[in-house]
Amino acid sequence: MNQDSFAEGHSVIHRIDPRLRLVGAVALAVVVAVSYDFTTLITALALSLLLALMAQLDLRTVIRRLLAPILFLLLLWAVLPWSFKGESFLTWGLITLTRPGITLCAQISLKTIALMVTFMALLATMTVDTLGHALNRLRFPDKLVVMLLITFRYLFVIEQEYRRLLRAMKIRNFQPKTNLHSYRTYAYLIGILFVRASERARRVHGAMICRGFSGKFFSLREFSPHPWNGAFCFFITFSLILLIILEWVV
Amino acid sequence: MHISEGVLNGPVLVAGASIALAGTVVGLKKLELDNIPQAGMLAAAFFVASLIHVPVGPASVHLILNGIVGLLLGWAAFPAILTALLLQAMMFQYGGITTLGVNTVIMALPAVICYYLFKPFIHKTHRSAMIGAFACGAGSVLLGAILVAAALMFTEKNFLEVAGLVVIAHIPVMIIEGVITAFCVAFLKKVKPEIFM
Repeated sequence: MNQDSFAEGHSVIHRIDPRLRLVGAVALAVVVAVSYDFTTLITALALSLLLALMAQLDLRTVIRRLLAPILFLLLLWAVLPWSFKGESFLTWGLITLTRPGITLCAQISLKTIALMVTFMALLATMTVDTLGHALNRLRFPDKLVVMLLITFRYLFVIEQEYRRLLRAMKIRNFQPKTNLHSYRTYAYLIGILFVRASERARRVHGAMICRGFSGKFFSLREFSPHPWNGAFCFFITFSLILLIILEWVV
Repeated sequence: MHISEGVLNGPVLVAGASIALAGTVVGLKKLELDNIPQAGMLAAAFFVASLIHVPVGPASVHLILNGIVGLLLGWAAFPAILTALLLQAMMFQYGGITTLGVNTVIMALPAVICYYLFKPFIHKTHRSAMIGAFACGAGSVLLGAILVAAALMFTEKNFLEVAGLVVIAHIPVMIIEGVITAFCVAFLKKVKPEIFM
């Protein structure tokens, strides 16, 4: 797991209350996801880039993270323009590209990138444990928050376990190929990961019981007030109103 | 297996989020306090195992493993998969906010369905456990691919070709998942049979 994440940083966005960022990101995402007007989508993209600039995101990492969705978008651009039924835009021998097909591809592309960049700027700029505590303050169920935090805590432990097993396999000259032997080996590797995870869960649970775990999650994290919080609220509200007016009023 | 942000329309996103919410509520309700570390740890193992790429000819596919998560967790597969997806979104931005619900349903609903269909086979003879596990692994991927296709089709009728491509692309994955789930279940039955509670 490459760890060059956006979570560490000292930008304006990093200092804003995670609860506000979470609520703001969800609200913006919901509005953008149901918009189709090009003015709205381009405004949303501009806003997301502005947020990314404010969060001082590393441009190269942003582009690398966008590669997977861009590959999917390329698939859409390869298929939709000719398979979509509608008014023709361009005809090339047997192939007809339709106007609604191209429009839809452009809408989806703008939306995808705006949504992803907003996510990176507002949510990926906090660590998962911060998200857990923020969810707890927003009254999400304790069980879910505890589960999220346990999963995050032990993800890296289990990943190291996996790397260790993989190294042992390589030292014994395991070479993955398309055959039953390779698949069986991978199946056993996964099996032992589940077994060790389960054993570890038993020990961790024991330790939690010893420390008096009763199901209630006590979050000791303090989200201290910051002068930028108000400005951020204003900015998000303004953006939401602007997007809604552009999409549904104008 | 997931749908990226910005593709689906409002009604499909809302439907996905509602089903995911309902599934998660049931899952959390059925998940006893003492089993939370178990579910969290298995969600972590699921996350790590889904990073494994297995070779298929010259290419490679990454495993989904929702079938085995269903067998191990039952309804708790909903919160476990939701958690894993949330972590993937936070750490690598695979997926995002608006598609979180739909993507949870795409993987967790087949897991729960396969749990009910194939769990009874696991405790039988070695042979029927292997067959049941193969069907569980392959079936959960197939159902997932069908749900992806359905989400795309309900968004836009003209997504037919793309939806077809998605299902076809998952056929090799189905077979591999089936084989791996079968061996994995056989292994778990030998090493730690009490894991299938």
